[in-house]
Amino acid sequence: MNIHEYQAKDLFAKYGVPVPPGVAVKSADEFDTALASLPEGPTMVKSQIHAGGRGKGTFTDGYQGGVKFCPTKAEAKEIAGKMLNNTLVTLQTGPAGRKVQTIYFTAASDIKKEYYLAVLLDRATSWPVIVASTEGGMEIEKVAEETPEKITKVFIDPAYGLADYQVRELIFGLGFDKAEAKNAAKLIRQLYECFWDTDASMIEVNPLITTPTGEVLALDAKVSFDSNALFRHPEIVALRDLNEEDPKEVEASKYDLAYIALDGNIACLVNGAGLAMSTMDIIKHFGGNPANFLDVGGGASKEKVVAAFKIILGDANVKGIFVNIFGGIMDCNVIAEGIVDAVREVGLELPLVVRLEGNNVEAGKKTLADSGLPLVSGDSMADAAQKIVNLVA
Amino acid sequence: MSILVSKDTKVMIQGITGAFGGKHAGLSLDYGTQIVAGVTPGKGGQTFTHGDHEVPIFNTVAEAAAATGAAVSAIFVPPPFAADAILECVDAELELAVAVTEGIPVKDMVRVKRAMEGKKTRLVGPNCPGLVTPGDGPDSTGGCRIGIAPGYIHKPGKVGVVSRSGTLTYEAVYQLTVKGIGQSTCVGIGGDPVNGTSHLDVIKLFNDDPETVGVIMIGEIGGNAEVEAARWIKENCQKPVAGFIAGATAPPGRRMGHAGAIVGGAEDTAEAKIKVFHECGIAVAETPSDMADALERKARELGVSLV
Repeated sequence: MNIHEYQAKDLFAKYGVPVPPGVAVKSADEFDTALASLPEGPTMVKSQIHAGGRGKGTFTDGYQGGVKFCPTKAEAKEIAGKMLNNTLVTLQTGPAGRKVQTIYFTAASDIKKEYYLAVLLDRATSWPVIVASTEGGMEIEKVAEETPEKITKVFIDPAYGLADYQVRELIFGLGFDKAEAKNAAKLIRQLYECFWDTDASMIEVNPLITTPTGEVLALDAKVSFDSNALFRHPEIVALRDLNEEDPKEVEASKYDLAYIALDGNIACLVNGAGLAMSTMDIIKHFGGNPANFLDVGGGASKEKVVAAFKIILGDANVKGIFVNIFGGIMDCNVIAEGIVDAVREVGLELPLVVRLEGNNVEAGKKTLADSGLPLVSGDSMADAAQKIVNLVA
Repeated sequence: MSILVSKDTKVMIQGITGAFGGKHAGLSLDYGTQIVAGVTPGKGGQTFTHGDHEVPIFNTVAEAAAATGAAVSAIFVPPPFAADAILECVDAELELAVAVTEGIPVKDMVRVKRAMEGKKTRLVGPNCPGLVTPGDGPDSTGGCRIGIAPGYIHKPGKVGVVSRSGTLTYEAVYQLTVKGIGQSTCVGIGGDPVNGTSHLDVIKLFNDDPETVGVIMIGEIGGNAEVEAARWIKENCQKPVAGFIAGATAPPGRRMGHAGAIVGGAEDTAEAKIKVFHECGIAVAETPSDMADALERKARELGVSLV
């Protein structure tokens, strides 16, 4: 689960991680009060969406830049007015962009130098890792490729936690002076505490900055959380912003369906994550384009299948449907009844190819045949995939 | 022969009184697996009944192990309590804990994995379908089924299967069985980013098992476990290996159902892993329909009979 920058910085502040003073607002009426609460001087205006590349983004009305430095508060107010409720397109949003529903004003900081700092899980060791680099503001992947010597990494033993010598290693790696080092050490410890306490999957601060007076601040903040751990963090669940999620994905999550919208035109309904992924792959392999990832899970009920069907048909790009079920324990007939019910309820004007295999498959095939629905059966996964690709082409 | 579990393996089930655990305890008993104990704290002394089978329930793993001799546990405990259930197996010095539970917090698994270092117990999973060593009876009954896989699709034989995904394992097993090719043991290692047993761990066991003559290795996007296994195979394994990687069309940064199936960088894409498979002499299945065929191609090339 992702959160906005302003929410991440509120969280940082709770853990004592220094951030520039800032206020988030959702309506233009609040601009004046918000700006008045910030210290005098230059102000940053930052569009709040769950996507990176905001600074270099373009609004759909042509206005350039979702993050702006403003010398005066009057200018900040004017620019915030241009951003709020406007749609920002960045490298990460896709061409449709994302509507900016929150503006974050922060006091502009006097930057001496920019750094990069992140905490995440290292999958190879199954230990948390802190990654730091002297190249703030740059993408870490690029730094790792071009100048790996500028990156310092420390792996944290989960049995012990972050050790002092590791904090020193990071500080020396980043080359802080004495005054900065003291502040940075504190910040790194608090950031790690925040990561561990909140079950975060990743915390990225890019840039982390120093100021001429020796302060160390998190100038940007990107935080995501482990969805599996949300049950013990109601305070984090409360930060979820449904406006930032695809409405079909939100609907799917209500039925505990794993659904991800893609930009193709062949909808997939599959049981099992691995099979669902490879169903997308096989569609592509035979020249088609998958419209979604959808795993109905191992224990799908008829109701769940009906809900899943409605969700995939809600995608206007869909030109055909591919149901691929390997019913190991799951009863193929339950899936078949779900398909029939769903089609009766919502109608079917698109080609539908069904491949059923496994438990009680004969009953499932009979249910589909007896329904009189105009669907096509596939013998194997490859056969079915080719059929749906040809029907849609 | 087989790896990890055989028809003689005695198994306990943690969470046997839950709907999910109970259902699969029953299916395993039907398959002929020796489910000898259940563990549900507070329900010790009760009995789990399935047909003619009566399985005693214990309060703790240690009690169940001492009373029944079970050294293997299948864990069907809900996610908030599953890490603790695994640690209980470690403390009781079981040989194997198979965690079926999906949705265990990553941090819990990070701590569990650290706590298991140097301990006797091996963990398979979490978020996995478990293991099957097929038996000699009709529909492969009489074997050992631990977890949630459909037993009837198996056939006893000489091919090992290891996979992060349940349904793709079934797909591979079914393809083999339809061709008349049996399996030694099928191991689902699970779809989570932090797990107990890796592809490489299982590949090493298959390599050392004289009765396993070929292997299908199924992976997906995210992490580098398949790459690590492939490199080891290149240096150490003479047996034919076929591989498949799911997720070639997955958008980067999105979690594809499995918590661990997420593209984080250039190294953990399907494309990058498939490239390493090719370099390491693993026969790559172009599509998931091609897994058994790919293994047959590789076996022919090496002059190995899979049956």
